[in-house]
Amino acid sequence: MNTRPAATKITWLVGAAVFVVVAIVTALVIGPTSIDRTGTLLELFDAVTPGDIDSGLNERQISIVRNLRLPRIALGLLVGAALATAGATYQGVFQNPLADPYLLGVAAGGGLGATIAFIYDLGDGRGFLDMVQILAFIGALSSVALTWTIGVLGDRTRASTSLILAGVAVASFFTAIQTFLQQQDTDDLRQVYTWFLGGLNTSGWTEVLQLFPVAAICLTLLALAGRTLDILSVGDDEASMLGLSVGRTRIVLVVVASLLTAAAVAVSGLIAFVGLIVPHTVRLLFGSSYRVIVPMSIAVGAGFLVLSDLVARTALTPAELPIGVVTAFFGAPFFVVILRTASRT
Amino acid sequence: MKIRALVALLATICLFAAACGSDADSTVTGEATPETTADTVAEDVMEDEVPSEPSNEEPVETSTTVEEVADLRIVSVSPTATEMLFAIGAGELVVAVDSFSYFPEEAPVTDLSGFEPNVEAIAGFDPTLVVSSAPIEGLDVVGVENMVLPAAITIDDVYTQIEQLGAATGHVGEAAELVGQMQTDIAAVIDALPARETPLSYYHELDNTLYSVTSSTFIGEVYTMLGLVNAADAADPDGEFFGYPQLNEEFLVTADPDIIFLADTVCCEQTAETVAARPGWDQLQAVQNGNIVELNDDVVSRWGPRLVEFVEVAGAAVADVALVAAS
Repeated sequence: MNTRPAATKITWLVGAAVFVVVAIVTALVIGPTSIDRTGTLLELFDAVTPGDIDSGLNERQISIVRNLRLPRIALGLLVGAALATAGATYQGVFQNPLADPYLLGVAAGGGLGATIAFIYDLGDGRGFLDMVQILAFIGALSSVALTWTIGVLGDRTRASTSLILAGVAVASFFTAIQTFLQQQDTDDLRQVYTWFLGGLNTSGWTEVLQLFPVAAICLTLLALAGRTLDILSVGDDEASMLGLSVGRTRIVLVVVASLLTAAAVAVSGLIAFVGLIVPHTVRLLFGSSYRVIVPMSIAVGAGFLVLSDLVARTALTPAELPIGVVTAFFGAPFFVVILRTASRT
Repeated sequence: MKIRALVALLATICLFAAACGSDADSTVTGEATPETTADTVAEDVMEDEVPSEPSNEEPVETSTTVEEVADLRIVSVSPTATEMLFAIGAGELVVAVDSFSYFPEEAPVTDLSGFEPNVEAIAGFDPTLVVSSAPIEGLDVVGVENMVLPAAITIDDVYTQIEQLGAATGHVGEAAELVGQMQTDIAAVIDALPARETPLSYYHELDNTLYSVTSSTFIGEVYTMLGLVNAADAADPDGEFFGYPQLNEEFLVTADPDIIFLADTVCCEQTAETVAARPGWDQLQAVQNGNIVELNDDVVSRWGPRLVEFVEVAGAAVADVALVAAS
């Protein structure tokens, strides 16, 4: 697979970029409110260029495009890219096709953190470094740290397996505490429930600006780690023989992917399936080299989540669907289609 | 292969997007499902134990004799029922209430859970009657009567439940009096409302992720009574969300309701200021005109005697808007 010419890889990346642009434009011009589409695009153009363009939209429409639609799309791009890339990385690091960003307990830990914040009225999940976000972030990282600590106590020769099992144990434990706390204070059930289904509702650009630096750094690092992931995928012993410090590399990659996931989960809640199906789809379409999978996951994940969110906010307009429902509902059958298509070729 | 693969990928996504809709509905049923199920069960339970047709006009026959009343030991694991019991003077019969029954103050709050009632813990208070908003399984085994007063769907349900509690506790007179007083107070609020040619529209916020209620709910009925039109009705015309849809922010900004009622001041610390500070919300006339009403979550979500408070606060807000508009 790695023998494909570089030109092919460039074509793919261009294609992926086109996919993302199409997703952005589609999501921008479609919404529960009917706004002139040309005007909406002009407004986007005006926003990204220094000049002053009259889009012909009224003040409220401009506000909707700039304060509501654009930040939501931007957040979708970042969260989608983050979850898909973290998923691809976990799959590579653990050589486990079922690995997803929540493998090491991020979801349970993040969920516990968010639940604590909701129940003790520490925040509402919106805005810059809100306590719900902070505790979800801390909870997510703590669960990974705990999983790691327990996991490395296990069988050294089967490090991946014992880590995954530790992840299951930690997730169950954190979920138990989370459920216990949640049952104590049913007044906050709706908030907790909504958080668990995920959402890209924003307070303007706040969440986007908060996630951007972490996402940019982590995504860049992981995109550069494609070759390392390829070496890891031949097996621990072989990788060691090739001169890679397997243990250390694995820790670094897991830390980066977990940071990325935790930062995304903090602002968007738990969005299911993206981290599992996007890397797999990319792998089935474009081959098994992580030098392709990681960058393509960034693009496809970003575009996929923006389109999923488009469905979430328009399918039952003017009501909203939780985005986690959309990604699972459409993601699972989509994955089956891809799997069948790939097995025939 | 690669171009075709990309096209196929795009096409599949579009296909799924287009095919969505009715299928997706069934996956989200809102939070009202358990209540609805509880209703049906609850009605059966109540029919056996309580006179089924308490009426406001004629005094209801007492179903409990004086000696029985003296022996009554009530546990209420429904905050609304607790409020009702104390409002009809049956408070001295109440030996324990759940952890959320913190109104009125004299209610004997315990750490009993109304959400996940523990029969053994309830039985520990040696009650003769347990009032709850959903049937409690197992109470019959220990020989304790369970009166189920589910979440009200109409305002009449509130009056009926108060009368049922009156009948069960031997406080029929007080119950009838309370119902009469509530009806009088609510009618007074409605009568005092200035006449309007075009009705005002409103948005009732349950939390800051824009969950709302439609007119088909108990809360919605109150606003309808005050002559308001609900901006959220469009989001759940067929009751797919059981009257509790989550609104799209963009839709709400465009719908531009005249009044915003916040029922998330306690749960989610929302205020007129936090609402005004939301990006894009400066476009709303309710924000510009200061027509944001901060309600107490508990008062609004409970269907008890404090319903009058809710009606009065909401009515005052409606009157204010009408006055401003007239001047």
